[in-house]
Amino acid sequence: MVRFLVPLIIFVILSVFLYIGLGLNPREVPSPLIGKPAPAFDLPQLLEPEKRLSNQDMLGKVWLLNVWASWCVSCRVEHPLLMQATRAGAIKNLVGLNYKDTTDAALRWLKDGGDPYTLSAVDAEGRVGIDYGVYGTPETYLIDKNGVIVHKVIGPLSVDSLQNCVLPLIRLLEQAAPERQVTREAVQACV
Amino acid sequence: MRLISITAFCAAVFCSLLLGAAQAKEAVPAAEDPVLEERMMAIARELRCLVCQNQNIADSHAELAIDLKNQVKEMLVAGKTDKEIIDYMVQRYGDFVRYRPPVNPATYFLWFGPFLLFGGGLVLLYINLKNRRKKLEQAESVLSEEQIRRAEELLRQDAGERKQ
Repeated sequence: MVRFLVPLIIFVILSVFLYIGLGLNPREVPSPLIGKPAPAFDLPQLLEPEKRLSNQDMLGKVWLLNVWASWCVSCRVEHPLLMQATRAGAIKNLVGLNYKDTTDAALRWLKDGGDPYTLSAVDAEGRVGIDYGVYGTPETYLIDKNGVIVHKVIGPLSVDSLQNCVLPLIRLLEQAAPERQVTREAVQACV
Repeated sequence: MRLISITAFCAAVFCSLLLGAAQAKEAVPAAEDPVLEERMMAIARELRCLVCQNQNIADSHAELAIDLKNQVKEMLVAGKTDKEIIDYMVQRYGDFVRYRPPVNPATYFLWFGPFLLFGGGLVLLYINLKNRRKKLEQAESVLSEEQIRRAEELLRQDAGERKQ
């Protein structure tokens, strides 16, 4: 009896592990920046290149940093949702980081599909992208009033991730006093 | 004799041409500082490309891998140590960026699991062998003299039949 039971149990355990493994998304590598201050940047703006945009400008606000590019196919998928969410007022502070793009192509994209961004910064060489650990556009960082990264979404935002994770977190963070940090549980509920 | 020397001369010229071509080709990457290039590649081999996750950035031609290689090179020029560069990458991309995962509580099972399994296997093997020997010893004593006599008789019969 034991002779058959032991391999069976081993097989079941292996199956469970393999099944869980199949369900994981290898593209979603947990960012080490969560809970840390957002890396500093000071970049020219996309629409008004003579003006600059720095992460310091956003202190005191809860904001999203959305890394995008006109060559990025998934960004095209995500774009209408961003338009909708900003138009509805669900997302108030959406900063675009135009990543390794040409200004012409980026401007054309915003003209064609609409501009959901409060402001857009140009990271033509991808330096700021490296500082933020960007490896697959689009990526979206949720940053609190203290300038701390609370959450990161890799890949396009979806209706589901917006409604169940990002928007509730934004509401929570906005209620929080600037010095108060959001509890870990709130973020974990997101995952 | 003359023909042979001409052939030899032609062969020599041809070979030197080939050699020259080969050298010219290899000279391109060494145009910059070869020591720096080698150090950069050594570090790049330790870093995972997050775009194509089963490649290191030395082998990868993804845009990000090229950017990161340039970053490594710049940091080397700036006099950073290998460790400082690896730490820089880990700070941004997490431990996953290292091809050689660090030993920490999250990776204990990864590092020591194989030894654990090997040890477990040895223990199982030992127990099995011990049981087997016990069984064999028992089996010997289980045969009665009567059974042994019968077995020998059967064997004899078998041998007899074969002879016929």
